Amino acid sequence: MTSAVVMKGISKAFGGVRALDNVDFEVFPGEVHALLGGNGAGKSTILKVLNGVHKPDAGTIAVAGVPLTTHTPEASRAAGIAMNFQEMSLIPTLTVAQNIFLTRESRTARGFLDDPACEIKAAEIFAMLEVKVDPKALVGDLGAGQKQLTEIAKAISQTSKVLILDEPSTALAVSDVERLFTFLRKLKAQGVAIIYVSHRMDEIARIADRATILRDGKHVITAPIADLPIDVMIEHIVGKRSKGLADVHRGDAARGEVLLEVCNLTGPHKPDNVSFTLHRGEVLGLAGLLGSGRSALARVIAGVEPAVSGEIRIKGQSITIRKPSDAIRAGVALVPEARATQGIIPAHSVATNMVLAVLDRISAKGVVDRQKAKVITDDMIKRLQVKTASRDHAVSTLSGGNQQKVVIGKWLATDPDILLLDEPTAGIDIGSKSEIIRLVRDLAAQGKGIVMISSELSELLTACDRILVMADGRAHQMIDRVTLDDLSEPDAGHRLQAAERKLQIEIQKALAFEAPQTQEVSHG
Amino acid sequence: MADARTTPMGGFFSNWRQNIIYIGFVLIFVVFAVTLSQKGFLNPTNLLNIIRQTAMIAVMAVAMTFVLASGEIDLSIGAVAGLATVTVAMAIAVAGPVAGVFAGLATGIAVGCFNGWLTTRVGIPSFLTTLAMMGIAKGVAMWISATAAVPILSPNYAWAFGGGSIGPIPVLLFWMLVVGAIGHFVLRRTGFGRRVLATGGGETAARYSGIDTANIKFKVLVLSSTAAALAGMLYAGRLQSGRFQLGEGDELSVIAAAVLGGTSLFGGKGTVIGTIVGALMIGLINNGLILMGLEFSQQLIARGAIIILAVALSQKKA
Repeated sequence: MTSAVVMKGISKAFGGVRALDNVDFEVFPGEVHALLGGNGAGKSTILKVLNGVHKPDAGTIAVAGVPLTTHTPEASRAAGIAMNFQEMSLIPTLTVAQNIFLTRESRTARGFLDDPACEIKAAEIFAMLEVKVDPKALVGDLGAGQKQLTEIAKAISQTSKVLILDEPSTALAVSDVERLFTFLRKLKAQGVAIIYVSHRMDEIARIADRATILRDGKHVITAPIADLPIDVMIEHIVGKRSKGLADVHRGDAARGEVLLEVCNLTGPHKPDNVSFTLHRGEVLGLAGLLGSGRSALARVIAGVEPAVSGEIRIKGQSITIRKPSDAIRAGVALVPEARATQGIIPAHSVATNMVLAVLDRISAKGVVDRQKAKVITDDMIKRLQVKTASRDHAVSTLSGGNQQKVVIGKWLATDPDILLLDEPTAGIDIGSKSEIIRLVRDLAAQGKGIVMISSELSELLTACDRILVMADGRAHQMIDRVTLDDLSEPDAGHRLQAAERKLQIEIQKALAFEAPQTQEVSHG
Repeated sequence: MADARTTPMGGFFSNWRQNIIYIGFVLIFVVFAVTLSQKGFLNPTNLLNIIRQTAMIAVMAVAMTFVLASGEIDLSIGAVAGLATVTVAMAIAVAGPVAGVFAGLATGIAVGCFNGWLTTRVGIPSFLTTLAMMGIAKGVAMWISATAAVPILSPNYAWAFGGGSIGPIPVLLFWMLVVGAIGHFVLRRTGFGRRVLATGGGETAARYSGIDTANIKFKVLVLSSTAAALAGMLYAGRLQSGRFQLGEGDELSVIAAAVLGGTSLFGGKGTVIGTIVGALMIGLINNGLILMGLEFSQQLIARGAIIILAVALSQKKA
């Protein structure tokens, strides 16, 4: 039997960062092969190499025994590879049917596009999946779940030998995931090789036949799913990745009065009825997968998204937050997730960025007092230890970690009591990561209350005093950081790893709780 | 699950906004027909005059629909039209009308290839490329004609490209309809048209779907310059001469026509029929305001206000 995909010795670097290092990956026809790994493990990169979006620096690829020599999306598709792109391949101004069949449209006898025929074919695909999506609707008008179904329909509409599904279920309702699985089993029976990427171990355990685990751009293990119980999988995924963070000193911050109380807070879609309290001098972590409502919770508290119901109390006073300026006035600052687009103006200087949120305060009659701006900037550069050639250098010349410090400095300048940090270490090298974490601890020690969101559990464990586990928009349990530590383990690195595994298991438990308990599906 | 967002009411409202150009066109036409009937607005000669004045704008606006839909812009079209009038007139003087037609088309294709090359290969945004080209094309036209009008002495050329009419119907109307019909079919019913809309609607997504977006943008800019050259040939035919000033400032009317017709400046959306009606609406407004006896200054203000109103009404509320 010829393997559906054989990738040998694949390496790929971006700038100085090795995203993939000599990775082997093989998939058989008629199997669902799970691809697992933490953030930055190289899953997306290897899929994009297979799909022709990235050209490998080294290594060979064969699809159904035929070597793949040109690396373009078209060449990969011609070789029989289809992939969904987590909503990235949809065009909002076209309809569902037009998107599904983009570049492969039905033609009339005269060679013109035949949209009605495409709509009928799209409707057939959705009927096969047993889901309801209107083929004539504009993609831009759809909700997240419907977009994801459109992405999936686009991938499966191509008769392919290899179907790659990259996190296909993040925005799907549980019943739709079930239908997707039923359909995948049918495809599998027809001999299609399916590569399935997901962070949800419960899903992997139900649908996959084998799994390959990557970590830090390297191949760790490939094994049948039966040989990989969830705790073993997690162990392989986590590995020794926590090194460097284990040394961060966690000074015991003095826990002060209650700063923020969130009661039954519900947003337009997420969060769903979430309550917690945050004390002065404390770092509270929000743990959960993509789509668990962590960022949505932060956005509702910061006034970026409206609250539908529930109450927010700051220092015991109930306040109404309708827009970001309400939150800023109440002493809440959100350091957003997408640094480049929401946090900084890259072409402007460090000083200009740093005072952006306090322009009113340092202006007289509309003219910015440059002396005050300098003082604030120099103060922040010193306090946060921002490495920059000068305050007048463009932020784009700084490293990712230092850019992030500028964003944090910008919000610290508003002198907030409560800081919401959404993925503050995303895209930052490991050295700067521990520096940011240390900074977070220091700020808490200085009397701020901090809510931190991170997909990297080792960071949450290093930075936080308590961790709120979320799934599907709901809060599942509040874990005291200390309870995750195995005090009998002398090595700090091992202790952190063990804690990471425990937390990972709690997150998976929360997910399993959200999924209906009764639906047990036989593997086909 | 099926949280279908499009309720019947929502559909009606979005349609109402999308179709504002047609409603506006009819409304303005009726208002002018009632208030200006004494001044001969409904007179067939007047209505055909509107067509004659609109045809060149409409021809360029059809191509502009493609340019805007792909997420680019072309500011050089007015100047290219002017340059084409001069090259056509000079070629006719030397080698006859057929050579003139070729010279005109070659002018457009050459400028378009240059615009496309600079935009897609060198990587200069089309706004800047075509802004610079506007000056270059005008300069070349002034230089080769020594800023003088070049007469066209071929009656056949003048008839076919602008001056003639079949019975009461001006030839310009045929040009407008032919270009419009081809443009409509290409945008709506061909793979190229769909790729143009996809490129402007989401460039990354289009690339991931296997579309060569640079190639699409290149072709669209060539199309635009060629349409501008055709408009220049029509100007030359109608006025029986080539002059660098012809077409000057047309880019603004052309972009206004496309945007009035529902084409998005941000790419991904556009219809050729909307654009043609947009062009006719601008012609209609100009004509009506003149018949009303407004001064030129007042015409400018009234025209600007009507365009702002129409575009504002067509915006989807966030």
